[in-house]
Amino acid sequence: MLSEEIKNTILDLQKRYPVKRSALIPSLHIAQHEVGYLPEEVQKEIADLFELPTTEVMAIVAFYDMFHDKPVGKHHIHVCKNISCMLRGCDSLLQKLCHKLDIEPGGTTNDGEFTVIPSECLGACDRAPMFIVDDEVVGPIKEEDLDAILQQAKKGHGHPSPVKRGQHG
Amino acid sequence: MDETRILLANVDDPSQINIDTAISKGAYKAIEKALGKMPPQEVTDIVTNSGLRGRGGAGFVTGKKWGFLPKDTEIRYLVCNCDESEPGTFKDRLLVEKDPHLLIEGMILASYAIKSRLSFIYCRGEYFQAFTILQKAIDDAKAKGFLGENILGSGYSLDIIVHPGAGAYIAGEETAQLNSLEGYRATPRLKPPFPAVAGLYSKPTIVNNVETLCNVVSIVNNGAEWFRSRGTEKSAGTKIFQVSGHVQRPGCFEFPLGTPLSMILEAAGGMLPGRSLKAFYPGGSSCSLLTKKHIDIPMDFESLEQAKTALGTASIIVMDDSTDMVQVAHRLMQFYQNESCGKCTPCREGTRWVVQILERIKNQKGTVPDLKTIEQVCKSMAETSFCPLAVGAAPPILSAMREFPEEFQKYIDQNPAHERLPPMRIAYPYIDPVNSSFYVSDRYDR
Repeated sequence: MLSEEIKNTILDLQKRYPVKRSALIPSLHIAQHEVGYLPEEVQKEIADLFELPTTEVMAIVAFYDMFHDKPVGKHHIHVCKNISCMLRGCDSLLQKLCHKLDIEPGGTTNDGEFTVIPSECLGACDRAPMFIVDDEVVGPIKEEDLDAILQQAKKGHGHPSPVKRGQHG
Repeated sequence: MDETRILLANVDDPSQINIDTAISKGAYKAIEKALGKMPPQEVTDIVTNSGLRGRGGAGFVTGKKWGFLPKDTEIRYLVCNCDESEPGTFKDRLLVEKDPHLLIEGMILASYAIKSRLSFIYCRGEYFQAFTILQKAIDDAKAKGFLGENILGSGYSLDIIVHPGAGAYIAGEETAQLNSLEGYRATPRLKPPFPAVAGLYSKPTIVNNVETLCNVVSIVNNGAEWFRSRGTEKSAGTKIFQVSGHVQRPGCFEFPLGTPLSMILEAAGGMLPGRSLKAFYPGGSSCSLLTKKHIDIPMDFESLEQAKTALGTASIIVMDDSTDMVQVAHRLMQFYQNESCGKCTPCREGTRWVVQILERIKNQKGTVPDLKTIEQVCKSMAETSFCPLAVGAAPPILSAMREFPEEFQKYIDQNPAHERLPPMRIAYPYIDPVNSSFYVSDRYDR
């Protein structure tokens, strides 16, 4: 499933660290950016590149919130629900957003475009209530902004990742 | 009172992320002054004498931390903790997204002082922009000769790697961060050994917060005395206070430590129109809340400690008279439950139990003894958990119950049966299959 190019990127990344296993989390980000999520097949391929048992990689994917082992939408909308955003009305915003997309919090739209992820504090409380839409901070958000936010999001690449191929090192 | 902007001096200039602009404003002067000209120990001494205390939450004296490194080791690492995830905290994002070269310069100085030749920035996974900006800043600094081999002809060489997290609050705890950086789950390690003795790859390692390292630049430029001239005796320097919640202008404001809360609130535009202050968390969510009677409290380490709370990350979460404290307690405990790493039982189970009880109370199914149970679970989890996560989970809830008992009582009164019900079981207790009685069994006495 992973292209040779991605595999080579991962092998290069391993060389940057004193111990190659350190490259595991950035590698999973790169793979997820490319494939859209991390199916077992991809986890196995990565495990092979690191000479690790697949279960070791699965344990990492299961632990970290940003990794998905099931298909998710192309565009991720992280809705902060922690205290500062709660005080500024994120609960009704989350409800309206889910209603608009006809999904439950955490769900993915039928067309596979959007996944709404209720999140813990995203570190932009000055912009509460706020979302991270793919890789961009949006806020403060009013209910009437939601349509425009969704439209704007559709223009992007989706499958956000902090580290992308060719960017690291 | 106007802000004292030292760390935030250049964050309003969008071109500050360009290295040439940064240099024109004085960036990388401190490394010219220090590298090859001051012995590393002298840099450590200046930082120790400045009284700089860690800005990531714990407030440990930075120079003293550096001093814990064993003297005779070849390989040491510096890890910059940029895994900002404490609720209400958003200062590191501002620093790295708007003035990344300040951090890079601070890291070069700190790495030189502790003799690290490879340093890391552990950048929170959700900080997408910050990661890209930091990577570019490092590439630019390399191109100018501020990083790499033989920096500015000083004979000192350093590389910095930006490393992404992947969504785990606990990765902000330093030993959990090192596990994550090594490619494992972010679960905390037993201390001792402390990272200064055995950290990343079991080598001596210093983990410092972004804001802490940014402070090192002006300390080296201007000296320890200059730094100490602001703040209080035990809390030297300025601090980025982050104000969020029910204020008119939420944001980051830099003031000397010891500035009264009222002044910081004023900088944030005061309360929303027609509302009044009810309570606030002074240092992120992992501390006890204070009420309006503390409006003039000096915001420094010692005054907040005296008030039985903590400066933490200096993230002031402001709540006005419309706030439902039961909802606040419930939401915060949900956060700690979600972020508990699962390594130790008191935290993993304790946070879940308290969420269950608060859920019951919120849904008008609570009883009076439930409040006692929350208190007991919170206390025992804080006393027996493996790492500081659960220690921080108890005070925000207990303080809300202490200061606003009537709000919890009001929900309980809404349960028509509350006086007749015994305290509900918070989880399925162990039942002895032979004797059908739990905990006490005469079988164990034989």
